[in-house]
Amino acid sequence: MVRCFLIHTVCPVSALGPGESRVLYSRVFGPDEGVLSDQHQELNPEERRLLQKEKIAVVARQVRSAVSLSREASGRLLMEAVPGEEALALQEADSGVVRLRAGDPFSEEMSALWLGVQSLGFTLVCEPHENLLLAEGTLRNLTRHCLEQLHMLGQGSEVLLRSNRIDALLSRLLPHGQLLFLNHRFAQSLEKEVAAYMAK
Amino acid sequence: MYSHGSESLIKQAREIQDSELQKFYGRLVKLLQGKELSHETVDSLQRLHLILSATKYTRTLPPELQKRLLSLLSSPVEQLQVLSSAVLRETLPLSGQEVNYSQESIGQLNSHAAALLLSQAGSRADLSSLCNQLLRSLESRQSEGPAHSLTHTLPILNTILTHSPECLTEDHVTLLSKKLVDWLRYASITQGGGASSGGFFTGPRSRQPVPIAELDGTVSGDFFTVLCVGQGFTDDQWMNVYSFSMLRHWLLTYHSVCNGNTTADTDDRSEVDGSVVSMVSATSSSSRLLPPKERLREKAFQYCQRLIEQSDRKAHKRTDTDLQKACLVEAVCILDCVCVEDISLVYRTFPCIKALFGRLSSDLSFARVMLPIAQFYLNHGEMAAVECESVWKLVFGRFPAELFNDHFLAHELLRFLRMNLESLRLRVPQYTHSFPNLLKLLAWESPAVVDDFVDLLPSLVTAGTAVELLHTLLDLPCLSATLILQLRSTCLPISEPGGRGLLSLDAFRSPSFRGLFLFLLRTEAGAGDTIDRLSTLHELLAEAADWPRVVQCAQTVPVLLHIFFNTVITVADEKLLAHLILVMLERSSLLLNIPKYIKEIHRVFSCHLLRLCKLHPSLVVDQSHELLEFAGATANVYSKEEIYTHVVWVLGEYLSVSCDSRCSVRLITSCFEALEAVLFEITSSAPTPGAVCPAPRVVTTLMSALAKLASRSHDLIPRVSLFLSKLRTVTRGGSVTWCSDEEDLVAIVTRGEELWSLLKAPGVAQSVLTPPPHVTTPQWHQDTNVAMPLRLRALTNLTHSQ
Repeated sequence: MVRCFLIHTVCPVSALGPGESRVLYSRVFGPDEGVLSDQHQELNPEERRLLQKEKIAVVARQVRSAVSLSREASGRLLMEAVPGEEALALQEADSGVVRLRAGDPFSEEMSALWLGVQSLGFTLVCEPHENLLLAEGTLRNLTRHCLEQLHMLGQGSEVLLRSNRIDALLSRLLPHGQLLFLNHRFAQSLEKEVAAYMAK
Repeated sequence: MYSHGSESLIKQAREIQDSELQKFYGRLVKLLQGKELSHETVDSLQRLHLILSATKYTRTLPPELQKRLLSLLSSPVEQLQVLSSAVLRETLPLSGQEVNYSQESIGQLNSHAAALLLSQAGSRADLSSLCNQLLRSLESRQSEGPAHSLTHTLPILNTILTHSPECLTEDHVTLLSKKLVDWLRYASITQGGGASSGGFFTGPRSRQPVPIAELDGTVSGDFFTVLCVGQGFTDDQWMNVYSFSMLRHWLLTYHSVCNGNTTADTDDRSEVDGSVVSMVSATSSSSRLLPPKERLREKAFQYCQRLIEQSDRKAHKRTDTDLQKACLVEAVCILDCVCVEDISLVYRTFPCIKALFGRLSSDLSFARVMLPIAQFYLNHGEMAAVECESVWKLVFGRFPAELFNDHFLAHELLRFLRMNLESLRLRVPQYTHSFPNLLKLLAWESPAVVDDFVDLLPSLVTAGTAVELLHTLLDLPCLSATLILQLRSTCLPISEPGGRGLLSLDAFRSPSFRGLFLFLLRTEAGAGDTIDRLSTLHELLAEAADWPRVVQCAQTVPVLLHIFFNTVITVADEKLLAHLILVMLERSSLLLNIPKYIKEIHRVFSCHLLRLCKLHPSLVVDQSHELLEFAGATANVYSKEEIYTHVVWVLGEYLSVSCDSRCSVRLITSCFEALEAVLFEITSSAPTPGAVCPAPRVVTTLMSALAKLASRSHDLIPRVSLFLSKLRTVTRGGSVTWCSDEEDLVAIVTRGEELWSLLKAPGVAQSVLTPPPHVTTPQWHQDTNVAMPLRLRALTNLTHSQ
């Protein structure tokens, strides 16, 4: 199962410290893991939410660091794609996977798959025994839709102002964090539904 | 992509004033009271979501607003469902309004409302109730209603299974297993959605049901799977997709479901059933007689075999080809899982897996599919007496050597190793010799995989390969540079005017240096510890010292060296440790010249040299010749200050009869003379202009070492005392050429005076300078004088009631 999906910055942000990342969208699937473990029984719901937000921030920071190290190592120049060039931006995107050890920050070991498209990162945190090939494909698909539907290559802030579209997209392609084996026909059918939603 | 606009939006959302916020809430409540859905409503809800999610501190909504939002969850307009669910997830449920997870209507919820429920579940009991309701709804909606509204049921059940498997009862498992069998194996084989075989003209004739097709366009001849296509899909075909998507997880976890008493019964039952199954599974036609869980295993087996066969077809679309690969991975994993549960299936499965391996092993683009196959061989190969050599050759040979730059493969390969360490050590003897290949993964993408190597390295340290491993670790940056050159060499044309990295690339391609690089690129250990012309190699790669990948790699080496040394002392005998000390001394000047790298390595060496000698003091006498050679070279004072200091220290500390009976007076004297010569040299002449002064610590360590040696061989005391008094005289005259800092000079002189006064009482000097072990590590209970009071005290404490 996928535990969470995030969209966050992987470039320096002036208002933040050097290694930090601004989370633009985050969706955690399933119940709060603190509720069911013995570890955080004494927390109230407000503290639990705070803890969850902090965990997401940790993941974003770790991925940010991984992205910048990977880009530094490959020495590739970041291309600036403009709206309309979503497919190209996706093709040029860096990708990788970060191993999140048990406890740092989730109670069990997780794998954080990431796609770095220019200044933003798209991250999928899933359980390590998950089918990572399928997860990779799903992440690419999600990213493509986000880039296109929310015009993310431009200067707008639709990712913040239209987050309900991402929610709808996730509810079809990644329902409750479940990765789906979709051949092109099934995918087309779901994407038609998503497009119908976006058109409203 | 990320603009100032976004940044300021977030700032605004966080800093919104309370009065403005309350006004906003009021407006929103009014909007929601209206009957119509307007753009303003949606925009306002979206704004509310941004305000709530932009901060990590929770804001509470006014009860009126919250109630209205709750009612929106069941709105017919999906946007309102989505937004209200998103908003409510960012805030806390109203106190006193907690959801009753056992109510009937829960089974009827839409996906977004269900998501809210899941995220707000406060306990296992909540999840259990939710689970109950969902399964009840699955059961009752046998053939009515659109299954689309059912499709979120399986993912939610899978989520509950992930977080809290005990929420499902044995009955639930049976029910769901039966349903999964139906959807997986008996879904329609005709296209759904009113598909017609005709084009524009639709008449009664063309309304005959069209069969589903395979990915290469041919008509499908067998049951429906995720790799089948059609113009439209029926509900049970959708459920087929959802079922397969959760199948592996279900098979892995359903036996951890417990239900109090019935677990004991099911254990007994399955033992009996097991023997029945092993007879029955040979003839799959009688599978109807199997209990639900076993029947599901059988159907899963058939589904996976079909997927494997379907993956051989040439799909028309690229996304479908990718899906075929993912399906292969999943199918092999599921087959592995069912074989673990029911060993008799292994004989039926192995031919299929072997054939798949044969089909894909030569195609590196299927490398990621090979890993689950390797897991299958590891788990069942021995039992089925199948030869596994070719699998390991691929996994430990070709993959790291040729696909080191595929991060996902590296991640999965290392995970495979981590998860199966015990098995690999038993069944794959070449594992411990494969480190030159495995380390290529680290040399390429160090930050991403160093964590895995921290876990794996101890298993690669063996007495037989320790020396070679140490050399390999020290030359990891060279390996990194070589891999870069290897890739460049295949990509770039033979002559590139004015290109970067020209010298090293030329060297890489030149036949006279080929051997050096080939040694680094070797695939297994055992050919030799290292090469003679290491310094040549380092010179050739000098320009690589600022390549980012090489620098990142160099930063991981110290950590790995620490792990190496910590592990090697558990497996090495004294002879090997002596050899390692020699390697350290030798390699301290043979390292790729990356800024800070050499210094870091020296620091690691110093730390472990000290540890090794502390553990086995006789090593110092054993290796005294080499250590003296090192300590006697004045140049080392300047170029390898850290190691030099420690070598001098261990010589002073452990070159004594009490550490090793082979230590003679002659040895002590020759050591003394060597150190004395160096000390004279560095404290007499000024360093050449531009060079640094010797570090004060070196001077004091030399003085202390000389004093210690003299305290063991009293003839030497006058020589030391003479030097120390001369030192005092010289420094009284003011500053000296070999020490620039006044404070340091004072420290050196003070030390000198202390040592001088100590040596005036030779008998005492030895015990003060090198205290015997019973002083430094007292074990008072063994001392005849102190033991008695201790024993009495202990007995008193025990016998007196508290």
